Amino acid sequence: MALAKGAPESGAAADPVASQAVVFWRDERKRGILAQVVVIALLAGFFWFLLRNFLIKQELSGAPPLSLYFLQDVAGFQLSFSLIPLTLDSPIGRLIAAGALNTLLAAFFAGIIATFLGLIVGIARLSKNWLISRIAATYIEIIRNIPLLLQLVFWYGGVLTALPKPKDSISILEMVFLNIKGLFLPMPIFQEGVGWFFMSIAVCIGLAIAIARWARNRQMATGQQFPTVIVNTAVIILLPSFVFVMLHDPIGWEYPIKGAFNFKGGLTVQPEMTALIIGIGISTAAYVAEIVRAGINSVSHGQSEAAHALGLKSSWTLRLVVLPQALRVIIPPMISQYLNVVKNSTLAGFIGYADLFAVIGTSQNQTGRAVECVIILMVFYLTISLIISTVMNVYNKRAALVER
Amino acid sequence: MTDTTENPIVPGTRPDLPPPVTESGVIGWLRHNLFSSWWDTLLTLFAIYLVYLILPPFISWAFINADWQFLPAVELGEKAPEYSDCTSGGACWIFVRARFGQFFYGFYPDAERWRVNLVLIMLVGSIYGLLSERIKQKKLIAWFFFAIFPIIAFLLLYGGLGLPVVPTQQWGGFMLTLTLAGIGIVFSLPLGILLALGRRSQLPIVHLLCVLFIEFARGVPLITILFMANVMLPLFLPQGVDFNILLRVLIGVTLFASAYMAEVIRGGLQALPKGQYEGAMAMGLGYWSMMRLIIMPQALRVAIPGIVNNFISLTQDTTLVAIVGLYDFLNIVRAGSRDSNWIGTEIEGYVFCAFVYWVFCFAMSRYSMRIERKLHTGHKR
Repeated sequence: MALAKGAPESGAAADPVASQAVVFWRDERKRGILAQVVVIALLAGFFWFLLRNFLIKQELSGAPPLSLYFLQDVAGFQLSFSLIPLTLDSPIGRLIAAGALNTLLAAFFAGIIATFLGLIVGIARLSKNWLISRIAATYIEIIRNIPLLLQLVFWYGGVLTALPKPKDSISILEMVFLNIKGLFLPMPIFQEGVGWFFMSIAVCIGLAIAIARWARNRQMATGQQFPTVIVNTAVIILLPSFVFVMLHDPIGWEYPIKGAFNFKGGLTVQPEMTALIIGIGISTAAYVAEIVRAGINSVSHGQSEAAHALGLKSSWTLRLVVLPQALRVIIPPMISQYLNVVKNSTLAGFIGYADLFAVIGTSQNQTGRAVECVIILMVFYLTISLIISTVMNVYNKRAALVER
Repeated sequence: MTDTTENPIVPGTRPDLPPPVTESGVIGWLRHNLFSSWWDTLLTLFAIYLVYLILPPFISWAFINADWQFLPAVELGEKAPEYSDCTSGGACWIFVRARFGQFFYGFYPDAERWRVNLVLIMLVGSIYGLLSERIKQKKLIAWFFFAIFPIIAFLLLYGGLGLPVVPTQQWGGFMLTLTLAGIGIVFSLPLGILLALGRRSQLPIVHLLCVLFIEFARGVPLITILFMANVMLPLFLPQGVDFNILLRVLIGVTLFASAYMAEVIRGGLQALPKGQYEGAMAMGLGYWSMMRLIIMPQALRVAIPGIVNNFISLTQDTTLVAIVGLYDFLNIVRAGSRDSNWIGTEIEGYVFCAFVYWVFCFAMSRYSMRIERKLHTGHKR
């Protein structure tokens, strides 16, 4: 777009003889160059000023020069939860890595909850049933207009501390227990031969894809249809269950067992993590619901009417006409919602979950290395958002409507 | 068709039959919207059950079984109110009543609170003037709001010109939240416009710098920017210069919000057809006159819903300043419910806090929806 160029300030530029005589601040191009030189000079001066201040302060206070070697020092603090084993003498770097993993773990589960709940609420919002649609709208309006931090402290401080003590836990089928100390789930224990079971699942998925492709090609060539959905469901369910039975229960379950003070065994999900995942999941779901609704609404009525006129069933209209067009609108904002989930998980520190930000905050407190800590933090989040926006751009290029 | 004249039924000679009961009125509405098929009926029953599960317990907790009144002893000033005054088993709203002044004004001295009220009245008045369609002197009000009001507000809130100074450490509660959100809004909008123009600029270096800034600010969480403003910024200031923490936070929040604002405004700029630019250039307008007179009025109008949405998230994001130790509305309510006199009032505090945030943000979102509807004509069924 030629905005700045070719916009002569006066009629003089039209005349080649006169344009030579134009003073340089009247010449759009030279003025542009001048403006950029000024901007660079100002910015360079500003950064030079900051850097000089920093160096002077460093010298005066005798602080050690910037380096990342402090990551090898013994941390001296512990995390309440970690995916990788940590000891009391673990270096700070390892704790920060554990924090980053915690962030990604919480974001992953919150993203799953947000996607499914958001999809359900978004579709409910569009339902023809008045009551269902009103309930969905109320949910969306309540959640979106209350700060996320307030929701998180509400779930953590308000709801989870009101849960019963371990001795009268809420239990579901005596397998899953919920109490003030957290959520206790059965843990799968893999036995010998479980590899065969997983392999059979992989083989079946491959087989299903092959069947689908063959069926589509055949329909394209001959017009004959094949009951792909039924056959593939059968393949994916039947074969692995056969293998499962043949292997005599390759997966055992370790159930949480009530101990003197708390449950032992099984998989324990901390209350902090539960609150974080539930809070972010429920909050993001409201945004996802609006995205889904906007996406489906963005497909014009003409499209579904034309599909009906061609004699497509309404389920086919949805699957073949409306959804592919809606997805094009839905996916880009969905990806930025996932990015938001990762960014919002920094609120974990407020409720005592050891995410990256919380670990970095403690490390900064202990070592006083503010600049290094901020850089690590920024690099982590920028890398993630760079990856996500690259994926988004690639998708956008493939899915965008090609016009003109 | 000659025998139509002999047809005994001539249209208009007999009274119209009423529409069937099942298709009109309450019954018809119910049939169409709640019980149109067995699946629909099932959904309705499920929804009624859901409402039954949530609503009656909430109403009885929040209203019917709640404590509203101070004990007589408290009213007479004989004892301080505390959690054990609440005996009815529902919500303990006494907590909110007892702490209301602190929730609203933070630690602002009692004698000076009229200053906050005055600023609030001016704020509400000028916002009403800007938004209402009946009031026409928009330009005058806008000048007042964006140029004069900030100075008056600063003088009143902080002090000076004979008013005693109230240091920002004593600011808090809802007043601090409004200050943060308000200043963030007022400064992030012009900054966002500049960034958006810079991003679409033909000048390569300006373009690059704007893209870098916008993508950086949008790529990291706000809380890390606040962290940076809190622990890193002081290291880069000249010896002896010490920024107020509130000012540091404000700079962080404003820069962060301006990046989001820039993207919304860029959307508005992109929505304008090329003809508008070409027309403006054909009229012989320079870059800045073109932007000021032709492009921005239209682009901003398109971008209003997005801008208001940004205001909403900015208001909600101000809760994060708790990380640097400021007592904004949420943080002061949290602190209040941890007071040893009020242990157990967390849910009451959060519900009250949520209600206040909700009212503000919901009002803003309704306004943005109204604008959207006004702009969105055509293509509608």
